[in-house]
Amino acid sequence: MSKFKNKKGTQLPEISTASLPDIVFMLLFFFMVATKMRKDTLMIKNELPFADQVEKLDNKSLIMNIYAGKPSSRYKNVGTEARIQLNDKFAEIKDIKAFILAERASKPDELVPFLITSLKVDKDTNMGLVGDIKKELREIQALKINYTTRKGMATDNLRP
Amino acid sequence: MARRSAPSVNAGSMADIAFLLLIFFLVTTTIETDYGISRKLPPPIDDPVDNVIRKRNIFTVELNQLNELLVEGEKMDVTALKNAALAFLDNGGGTGELSCAYCKGEHDIHSSDNPDKAVISVVNNRKTNYETYITVQNELVGAYTILRNREAIRLFGTSFQELERNLKNTTNSVDRKDLREKIKKIQSMFPEKISEAEPVFQ
Repeated sequence: MSKFKNKKGTQLPEISTASLPDIVFMLLFFFMVATKMRKDTLMIKNELPFADQVEKLDNKSLIMNIYAGKPSSRYKNVGTEARIQLNDKFAEIKDIKAFILAERASKPDELVPFLITSLKVDKDTNMGLVGDIKKELREIQALKINYTTRKGMATDNLRP
Repeated sequence: MARRSAPSVNAGSMADIAFLLLIFFLVTTTIETDYGISRKLPPPIDDPVDNVIRKRNIFTVELNQLNELLVEGEKMDVTALKNAALAFLDNGGGTGELSCAYCKGEHDIHSSDNPDKAVISVVNNRKTNYETYITVQNELVGAYTILRNREAIRLFGTSFQELERNLKNTTNSVDRKDLREKIKKIQSMFPEKISEAEPVFQ
């Protein structure tokens, strides 16, 4: 009879969750597209130093990675001296040339001059090892290198 | 017989499945791109040529096995390295043919003639820490960046880094050519000459 109904009886309608899967799928697709699975499993400690005068390495297909550092705790059996890692295994200095040649062979010819060797060296490594790597790279004419670092102030390196 | 409507599939668990996948990809994702200091190694030379460089045009930076920094034979803190390198590169002490019009340094006759002649020589020991080495490299590249930015702002009104960034982002071929020329001009004013000798054995 009265125009105004007593609202006490009515309940709030349930929020529909039907669109929840859509939202989640959207996120899922985003991450699926953005995901880049790590190619190499690191067997060494790889804490990069900081630097601020850095350039971005955007074309991943042009990068050859050379890792160096002390073996991580799982691989203590190979010693505590800093080692080089190429692809998925420990390597010696003399393996670098073969590695670079193999990488070059796997790339189209026209891209070979643009290949960059990215040196991902742990900050506690001695320069002797880095120097040896650089010497090998020079000999095989892989002259474009990049000391991969983390972005940050260089003074962060000085902190103990 | 009455027609039965097909029973609807319960889509309630769809969200769970999607969440599961989502979490998997969230965990495995590494979106980060790599950043680093780009360098070019000198090509291998069979018989080294003796290049005569005047002593005043060489800025020696030495790193010993204790990670101590020696600049021109004197101990120095890494934080002071950038300014020392700046003063050396921007000195412009040359006269006549060697003079440098855009240098704003002190024109000290015991320091470099002009940025084109100035060479920074980095010598490291085999026992030097990689971290220290990178810090030194970073400071030296930083000195060049400061000088290049200064000249780029003076000549073109934008910093050198901005020019490089624009080159990456533009697709217009006329603009690209223009930017490339500007970058080349700045690079020729302050060519990056960081030489690395073979490490010292000790």
